[in-house]
Amino acid sequence: MITVEQKKIEEINTMTKDYSCLLVLGCEMCAAISFAGGKRQVAELAAAIRLSRKGSGEEGEVFEESVARQCEPEFIDLVKDKVADCDAVLSLACGAGVQLMAERFSDKVLLPGCNTTFLGVTEELGVWSERCVGCGSCVLDKTAGLCPIARCSKQLLNGPCGGSMKGKCEISKDVDCVWQLIIDRLSRVNQLDKLEEIFPVKDWTPAGHGGPRKLVREDLKS
Amino acid sequence: MKSGSNLERILESGQFAVTAEAGPPKGTSSKVVQRKGELLKFCCDALNVTDNQTAIVRMSSLSGCVLLKELGVEPILQMVVRDRNRLALQSDILGAAALGIGNMLCLSGDHQKFGNHPTAKGVYDIDSIQFIRMVKEMRDEHKFLNGEEISGDVPLFIGAAANPFADPFEFRVTRLAKKIRAGADFIQTQGIFDMSKFAEWMKGVRDRGLHKKTYILAGLIPIKSVGMARYMRNNVSGLDVPQDVVDRMANSKDPKAEGVKICLETIEQLKEIEGIQGIHIMAVAWEDIVPRLVAQAGLMPRPIV
Ligand code: SF4
Repeated sequence: MITVEQKKIEEINTMTKDYSCLLVLGCEMCAAISFAGGKRQVAELAAAIRLSRKGSGEEGEVFEESVARQCEPEFIDLVKDKVADCDAVLSLACGAGVQLMAERFSDKVLLPGCNTTFLGVTEELGVWSERCVGCGSCVLDKTAGLCPIARCSKQLLNGPCGGSMKGKCEISKDVDCVWQLIIDRLSRVNQLDKLEEIFPVKDWTPAGHGGPRKLVREDLKS
Repeated sequence: MKSGSNLERILESGQFAVTAEAGPPKGTSSKVVQRKGELLKFCCDALNVTDNQTAIVRMSSLSGCVLLKELGVEPILQMVVRDRNRLALQSDILGAAALGIGNMLCLSGDHQKFGNHPTAKGVYDIDSIQFIRMVKEMRDEHKFLNGEEISGDVPLFIGAAANPFADPFEFRVTRLAKKIRAGADFIQTQGIFDMSKFAEWMKGVRDRGLHKKTYILAGLIPIKSVGMARYMRNNVSGLDVPQDVVDRMANSKDPKAEGVKICLETIEQLKEIEGIQGIHIMAVAWEDIVPRLVAQAGLMPRPIV
């Protein structure tokens, strides 16, 4: 999933204060799973904005709406009338959702209510952590299923640096050294010899350093 | 000969080498580098010029190397992959070769989080092992990383770091083997305080015959005070300072003398370990002690080869 985190109410108030008629728009996929952009968070945030507006004597209305996925045109088209009626949309989707909304409704002000954090997993309720950077050429077969590009602080491909101590990364005692985890796993599956190979330099073009990325599947195009 | 540098010639001749660190200043004073150069000139075979050490911005390593060279002191150009991508690394290497620098040390570098620009974007385009291999191919094949031809020679004696005290311990010999396979001609280790752990690592190194494929210089960090010992124990990543070293410093009436004593004892033990070809002294902010250490360790005068 893509994890997102709602921005602080102060930042949201500053961003939205010039738009008297505001639509708070949730997204029922990743943002909802992140407890940041689901129906409930939309209602809570809209209430908080109304309260702040009341406190500072500002006028205007705050509407609430939600779509299944803001990253797909067919879903966002369902709210086009609501969008047309407001001055600005505060989107609680990830950055992709905000941008598709902006493209689709080209004369409407689009504001991000969330920060898109990472591609990750739910560790437990309320705890998510990063697993993937979308580098475009997966290496997990060589690294025991754990990603050093997403999870090593230096994106090292040839084993742990000299700062790995007691399983933790040199940057913090709260961060696991993923190379320690990789070595532990390789040892359990009897593949420690994989560590002897020199991993060649990485081609970063599919990771986004070759310019913005696009995926086209001719077989699916109509 | 790979580069024919003084360091290479001394190691090649089988003599015990001595290197030390000369960190450039957080400013523009050439005198800071020159003073360290003059001080260490006669007691060391080559001096490492650090590259934004601990991720703190300082005068560039390459300029520091040039300043040393002008004094007739042989520099070792340190370079980290934290701050430069493959283009910048290769271009600086060409520059180093053009300026007659004969040694380099290829490092990952401490994470930018530790330094004075913790919000910087780290580069890490290639890692230290890929870096070593890249320099070796530049030197031996006259090839850039993309396979294109380099005009001119790149005579560099290639160094790498090794930390026997980092985890997982079992991997540390493997990592050294990888660095040697990538092209490391010499190794400078992390500062040694835990001799038994170091000896165990060296045994693993000899078991794989690695000491015959590279020159290993053992790292030393002279300790000035108990505060410094504690600080290194608790705050410096990748360092292992055992409690008895901290206690010795704490119980001593003359901590500086005790620090020198610890260092000299370590050097004596290191001389006995098969596969150690020299020492590398990292006397950060205590460079003045280096000449005395080298002299008292019986390593003066330095050989001329
Ligand atoms: S300690 Fe481990 S995770 Fe952290 S930078 Fe080094 S190798 Fe990567």
